[in-house]
Amino acid sequence: MNNVYAVFKKEFRSYFNSPIAYIFITAFLVFSGWLFFRGFFLIGQATMRPFFSILPWEFLFFVPAVTMRLWAEEKKMGTMELLMTLPLKDGEIVIGKFLAAFLFLAITVLLTFTFPLTLYYLGKPDIGPILGGYIGALLMGAAYLSIGLFISGLTENQIVAFILSVFACFGLFIIGEPIVLTALPGWLAGFFSFLGLGAHFQSIGRGVIDSRDIIYYLSVIIFFLFLNTRFVESRKWR
Amino acid sequence: MITVTNLTKRFGPTVAVDNISFEVHRGEILGFLGPNGAGKSTTMRILTCYMPPDEGKATLAGLDTFEDSLKIREKIGYLPENTPLYNDMGVVDYLKFIAEVRRIPHSKRKTRIKEVAQQCGLGKEELAKDIGQLSKGYRQRVGLAQALIHNPDILILDEPTVGLDPNQIIEIRRLIKDIGEEKTIILCSHILPEVQATCKRIIIIKEGKIVGSGTPEELAAQAQGEEIVYITIQGPQEQIQQQLDKLENTQEYHLLSSENTSHRFEIISKKGIDLRKDLFQLVVDNQWSLTEMQKTQITLEDVFKQLTTEEN
Repeated sequence: MNNVYAVFKKEFRSYFNSPIAYIFITAFLVFSGWLFFRGFFLIGQATMRPFFSILPWEFLFFVPAVTMRLWAEEKKMGTMELLMTLPLKDGEIVIGKFLAAFLFLAITVLLTFTFPLTLYYLGKPDIGPILGGYIGALLMGAAYLSIGLFISGLTENQIVAFILSVFACFGLFIIGEPIVLTALPGWLAGFFSFLGLGAHFQSIGRGVIDSRDIIYYLSVIIFFLFLNTRFVESRKWR
Repeated sequence: MITVTNLTKRFGPTVAVDNISFEVHRGEILGFLGPNGAGKSTTMRILTCYMPPDEGKATLAGLDTFEDSLKIREKIGYLPENTPLYNDMGVVDYLKFIAEVRRIPHSKRKTRIKEVAQQCGLGKEELAKDIGQLSKGYRQRVGLAQALIHNPDILILDEPTVGLDPNQIIEIRRLIKDIGEEKTIILCSHILPEVQATCKRIIIIKEGKIVGSGTPEELAAQAQGEEIVYITIQGPQEQIQQQLDKLENTQEYHLLSSENTSHRFEIISKKGIDLRKDLFQLVVDNQWSLTEMQKTQITLEDVFKQLTTEEN
């Protein structure tokens, strides 16, 4: 546990050691704020739904930017060798990195708290969907992060890691979208809609927290963290 | 302390380390010498549990690198090749991170970092900087400090002085020698004088194989016991050569240069024989004049060159 915490601290701090963190947070807030308020005054409804419905698409580009360097940079700089020869278990490093990325993303997302505050100032929004939306956003974001972290471990090039992660998240997101589902035979459609990253987010976003949705996200996260650990270990296979 | 038996590591079709075995005893500084790409770093990576060997095994302090990897990693300090460091981290933050992972109790971390910084010659000014702002020499010291922070029994240093200026090299060498009084050290290098200056024992490796090992003196003696005498004689060339042909105990001689009546020869003696007396007598008997005579021992440098460039 101490080791996870040490890795977590190192990784979390490294976001703020460079301008990455500040640029990222600013860009995310400006971008999501613009997209939200652009429609908000037109519709004139005190609801966060437009914000949450576009969030999966914003995450598609923002989350891989958080994870792309986590392994790729270690590999490129050679620090991987140093890190892996410290008395740390591979799993501890993976979890430490994941938690650091998660806290960073969570801070960024929660900094949008001014949006619901605006709603309260202007009207009487329903609190359930807003809370649910944020919980769902964090779970979905964490799932994207675990995918991005895993892909970062496959390459030493950050740009490659970024693009591949966008693609992988995009793929896992759209297989649950109606456009794809209608093109599939019925029995597959049900399966795919469960597998898609987006459907669960929408159902949590309604303010209904179903254990199936939470279990789904947790399984995605654990699955990719496990894969990541196995790939990091793979240098030791004989 | 370190035992390596029949270690082999392949990368696809290339054999990086080819069936090597050696031992390092407690309190010994072993020089691991070889040209670039000889398999030094691969061997070190196996010893530090970064990758497993394909065949053979390595044990450190009685622990197997494959089975007790975590325990071994606790006991060793490692400075990888090219000193990889996190450039965007502060020097102190970085050392704190390592100290934490190395299980140095929270209350002792600060003093330990101070101690190790002093030992490695990192001043207050450097400690306040980010690693990325440091010069190569100071980066190297941070790398060393990182390897020493938990006071490990075994220290593995891969090319610790590459890219340093001569003064820094001398300092780092002195530091390694000091540390080596109590610890077991493997020092990798492709620079002979470095190993010669710091190590009690040397292993020379080439294309993944051990081609020589022993103390510097043993190595020099083992390869060749011959001596070379350079001599310049003034006199008629033909006559000199005739006499040299007759001389006993020479292996061969070469005429290096001739200027008017002055001729310079390189004469290689048979093992363990000093030719100078005979040569002097020869010159006197023939009433030539002697303008230069110089004996050279075959140096470790020659041995290293010979061992690592020789065609198989």
